[in-house]
Amino acid sequence: MALASHRHISSCLCSIHSSLCYSTRPEMERSSLQRQLANLKKSLFDQGNLDEQFDQLEELQDDASPNFVEEVVTLFFRDSSRLVANIEQAIEKSPRDYGSLDALVHQLKDSASSIGAAKMMKECTVFREYCDKRNLEGCLRSFQKVKKEHSTLRLKLENYFQLLRQVGPAEKATRSGN
Amino acid sequence: MGNPLPSSRPAEAFPAGLRVLIVDDDPTWLKILEKMLRKCSYQVTTCSLATDALHILRERKARFDIVISDVNMPDMDGFKLLEHVGLEMDLPVIMMSIDGETSRVMKGVQHGACDYLLKPVRMKELRNIWQHVYRKKMHELKEVEAHSFDEVINILRNGSEDIEDRYLIDETEMSSMRKRKDVENKEFGDQELNDPSTVKKARVVWSVDLHQKFVNAVDQIGFDKVGPKKILDSMNVPGLTRENVASHLQKYRLYLSRLQKQNGGTCGGNMPSDHMNKTIKGNFGLKSSTNMQQDWELTKYACTIENFQTLGIVANAAHVSEMNSRVAPAQVIASKKALVNDAQLGLFLSFKGMLPSIKEKACKPLHDERPVMQLMQYPEQENYSILEGYSCLANPDRDHEPSFDHLPSSQPLVMSATCTNGKDMKDLYEMKPLQPAIPPMACMIDSVSIQVKHGLVNLQDTGAICKLEGSPSIEDFYLDETNNQGCFPLTCEVSLKSKSDSDSMPEELHLYSVQKKLDCLENLSVSGTEIYQYIDSVPTSEVQSINWCEASELTGDYLYDQVDYSLIDEYLFA
Repeated sequence: MALASHRHISSCLCSIHSSLCYSTRPEMERSSLQRQLANLKKSLFDQGNLDEQFDQLEELQDDASPNFVEEVVTLFFRDSSRLVANIEQAIEKSPRDYGSLDALVHQLKDSASSIGAAKMMKECTVFREYCDKRNLEGCLRSFQKVKKEHSTLRLKLENYFQLLRQVGPAEKATRSGN
Repeated sequence: MGNPLPSSRPAEAFPAGLRVLIVDDDPTWLKILEKMLRKCSYQVTTCSLATDALHILRERKARFDIVISDVNMPDMDGFKLLEHVGLEMDLPVIMMSIDGETSRVMKGVQHGACDYLLKPVRMKELRNIWQHVYRKKMHELKEVEAHSFDEVINILRNGSEDIEDRYLIDETEMSSMRKRKDVENKEFGDQELNDPSTVKKARVVWSVDLHQKFVNAVDQIGFDKVGPKKILDSMNVPGLTRENVASHLQKYRLYLSRLQKQNGGTCGGNMPSDHMNKTIKGNFGLKSSTNMQQDWELTKYACTIENFQTLGIVANAAHVSEMNSRVAPAQVIASKKALVNDAQLGLFLSFKGMLPSIKEKACKPLHDERPVMQLMQYPEQENYSILEGYSCLANPDRDHEPSFDHLPSSQPLVMSATCTNGKDMKDLYEMKPLQPAIPPMACMIDSVSIQVKHGLVNLQDTGAICKLEGSPSIEDFYLDETNNQGCFPLTCEVSLKSKSDSDSMPEELHLYSVQKKLDCLENLSVSGTEIYQYIDSVPTSEVQSINWCEASELTGDYLYDQVDYSLIDEYLFA
């Protein structure tokens, strides 16, 4: 990303007089957006929210499905929200069925692995250990962490895709300009 | 002649178009896996419920090559699905899970998963799944001896129905054809014998249509009058050769004779009827073989045993067909891997005819001598490589090839083969000439050549233990071994000679195969045609009454249910 934005700056300077050139100001905004995008993604990895599975998804994206990553992530949040709600019900249900709770958490973990939601997976693993020990306190604490991570990740990724959408078309324009 | 299988895609394309059914309750994973598989150029069908998947598979199992299923699904445990698929469809199933615990993976393997992928699944892993399909088909097609990539691909491309019809295709027969030619030409060392490619050229796939034409032709001509040439003319199929038809006819007769035997409830030998039935069933329903791969090792063992039991029938039937059609001497090859109980299997081998000898003598027990038999080379690598052995009949090592020049001036006369097994090989055989017309004779076992997996072992038992006894009647032609349970009606002859280098016999024969040739003897100058004429003159009923005994161990407690019948069939015609 950093490399790409650097290229953009230079290509911007070179193409100031070209017919396809945009005004200097939006170009600079664009490169700034790209920097933001790169930073955001980096922080998602650095803080352990995401792992390399997310890179895999990006590699799968191609002309046949140009928004593949976003579609997958959207699908993930839709489905995982349902699972989180199910877990919420199961955890409050009395008598508590740790077996089915565990199964639900396992499902959520499986789902989280699809987009490389590393931190969520980690929390789910801990959650399952508490299920196994029938430790309600631990389960509740874990569940809060899972939910928190779920919503944090959602916010960050929503932000990420928003930035991506803003940068995306500009990137194409710049490429054609070159 | 080329491979007549229509191919919807060039063989080179193979894994492309692989039909994959993915089952995962997680919609996100389903989407990702679908994308990955599509990128691999596979045809993907997705399913989020195991029950739906099972439904789809039951409806259209022929439309999939492989199933990938998640382990944890709410509606049905992935293992359960795996079990159903394994039992009902026999498709390769890959399990996947985020859970890599050994016990889980083991459970998957125990339930028949061909692979167990851990999530997150990588595309490179998915790209490689075709290997499971390929491997499975290769195993299934053992009877077809599809040892080339293209052939397997063709089968793959043509769906499973083809495979099910394949009981009639046979390349191994071609090798028997080849063999006959060799006999006729007295070119025992002919290079072609060892050249699988020559054999391959003559391969014909007997599709349903082709077989139907064949049956129509037979009906038209009349079963009693059919001959390969007539059928060939009647069928009028370009490219088909007389030999193709002859071998098919041979099989067809065999098939009918099995039917007959099954219906009649009696067989030439004294085989326990339940064995018979199993054998028969298996031979008919080749398809069943594909469902029985769960335990390869067991299958192999059992099959070998079964095979021995079958030999009798086969040889018999094959012989019968020869009488009418003068088809080449069939070769029956039994192949064996590790006999259960480490028993050594013994069979015979070649007899030197000392014609004519007027003495009537009963065979002596073999005592501790290893029975002799010719063993083919059994390629080491894989199960299906058994097949490859067939095409070149006898092993590539010339030294061990059957060759008649080794024999004394008298004609190699082989009438018989028997098997016995066991550490206690005390079976004895009483052999008598097949036919009244033939002067009584005495035969001696000449030699043995046994090849084992890790080397070649030749035994030479020049000490002749068996004698053939001339007798005017075929009815006398049986063994009088006492502890036989199964008797083979065998009219095989084994021809074989071997070199005298005798490595030590391995403790157990891990692999072994027996090859018998249904040659019959006639006169000393070895004329193939005459030999066949001789056979021709033997009435069927008489041939059937020729029995050979089998050691009781062979009929013992083997796993009949595990028998891979396709193998048996294969052996029958090898």
